[in-house]
Amino acid sequence: MTCVLDAHDLRYRYPDGREALRGLDLTIGHGERVAVLGPNGAGKTTFVFHLNGLLRGDGRLEVAGVEVEDKSMRELRARVGLVFQDPDDQLFMPTVRDDVAFGPLNLGLDRDRALVRVEQALAAVRMEHAVDRAPHQLSMGERRRVAIATVLAMQPELLVLDEPTANLDPRARRELLQVLDRIDRTMLVVTHDLPFAAELCERAVILSAGRIVADGACCAILADERMLSEHDLELPAGFDPSRVAPDGQSRALRLRQRSRTRASRGWEQQISALPSAGGSTGSGL
Amino acid sequence: MSGLCNHALHGTGLAGNTASPVHRLDPRAKVVGLLGLTVVAVTTPLHAWPVYAACAAVLAVVAAVAGVGPRTLWHRIRFLIPLVLFVAVFLPFVRGGSQVELGPLSVSQAGLAAFAAVSIKAVLGTLSAVLLGATTTFPSTLRALELLRVPRLFVLIAGFVYRYLFVVVDEVQRMRAALAARGYHPRSALQAAAIGRVATALFLRAHARGERVYLAMLSRGYAGSVPALDSLRFGPADAVFVAVVAALILPVRILEVVA
Repeated sequence: MTCVLDAHDLRYRYPDGREALRGLDLTIGHGERVAVLGPNGAGKTTFVFHLNGLLRGDGRLEVAGVEVEDKSMRELRARVGLVFQDPDDQLFMPTVRDDVAFGPLNLGLDRDRALVRVEQALAAVRMEHAVDRAPHQLSMGERRRVAIATVLAMQPELLVLDEPTANLDPRARRELLQVLDRIDRTMLVVTHDLPFAAELCERAVILSAGRIVADGACCAILADERMLSEHDLELPAGFDPSRVAPDGQSRALRLRQRSRTRASRGWEQQISALPSAGGSTGSGL
Repeated sequence: MSGLCNHALHGTGLAGNTASPVHRLDPRAKVVGLLGLTVVAVTTPLHAWPVYAACAAVLAVVAAVAGVGPRTLWHRIRFLIPLVLFVAVFLPFVRGGSQVELGPLSVSQAGLAAFAAVSIKAVLGTLSAVLLGATTTFPSTLRALELLRVPRLFVLIAGFVYRYLFVVVDEVQRMRAALAARGYHPRSALQAAAIGRVATALFLRAHARGERVYLAMLSRGYAGSVPALDSLRFGPADAVFVAVVAALILPVRILEVVA
């Protein structure tokens, strides 16, 4: 199995001396959906910022087949799609169309191809109707989905979401889950929303004090209450992870296995038929 | 502030019949036409009333075709009144020349005329801007400015201001609510210190957000220039609009100066 992410002994210290990553090891294969769970201050966002070179620590890190180093930044950022925690940080252009086209145009696509990408990416998150609107005219849930579209439009090999459910009401959260579930791509979901992780991801790791301290099937990790509380994580009262995944698999995995047997007419197929500017099309599985 | 937020900020700002010929014009035509009109009005000598009349007539026609009613226009230019009054209200008192009795006050006739002319200039300029805003979305206006070769940095800054003004306004409102919730009710100047701390917090938050936005831009391949999706077409109708505005105003302006 080739790896989309291979981190070995990753260490990072903030300029003020605070140690955020203390020897992090993590390997993620193609097509996996992995939840990175951890309390606030565990180093989750710091780790995410390493994945496309926004922060550079010590240790070895290879993402989407690219060694993280100065000369690979352009390619790295084309292959790793990072969705920020606050959509207001991510959406900085005056209209949704401009914002979603920002990435593809930076990849060197011409106007027509960029517009095709805009259309497909917005369709994938069910936000086609908002193409002419300004980000501030959208609800928080809509902004979140457009933020995901801005990254999908670049057709990254690895999709990284930082706290995707922050500030969402139950309905927006449910819609986001459905949208993400349909996206067939290697995905790293950083969150402390454990039920969300259980529904979306088949694998989970716990990041605590700058290290990966647990790694396994999502339902198994979530069933270990003692370990969760050791790392300041907690399932909502009454939530039973085995009911989300009664046969030991996550709902997401079952859905994907079902969808693989269906005739393929997802948007990824349309998109990967297009020439890609980022080198590899990376259509997930 | 909340009136401004609800009305102009949280919508597109468009008003009137959004399918009107004026709304459908290329934003470059509207920027050139209305900005040109403003420049003519502002640079005209004080006494050149026919020029003001020509400008007002053009604006009235544009407003009528666009379906932007007097109520909307009044609603959007009324913030101008205190500014004009503040700047121009002393003119009638400081100018020399023949004096007119105005109730208990004695004012200069030339000063009164200057006050009227300055007010008219301000109203014409603001009406032009208001009509541009009522018939053109802000993003289209930005695109027009960019295509009209306004330096990209300025356009970029204007774009960020537009995008983040709402975010900052929301933050200010939350902080005000937080102050009020803890019983902040300033009665003396000393207690106003809290406002200073709010301003500091706001600055720090804006700075931190700026950093994060920059990281988000880098993440999507930003390398120093913002690419544009250029989709404007300057057609015959746009040329006609600019030509008609120029034909109605420039001859009057030139004749007035020659005379």
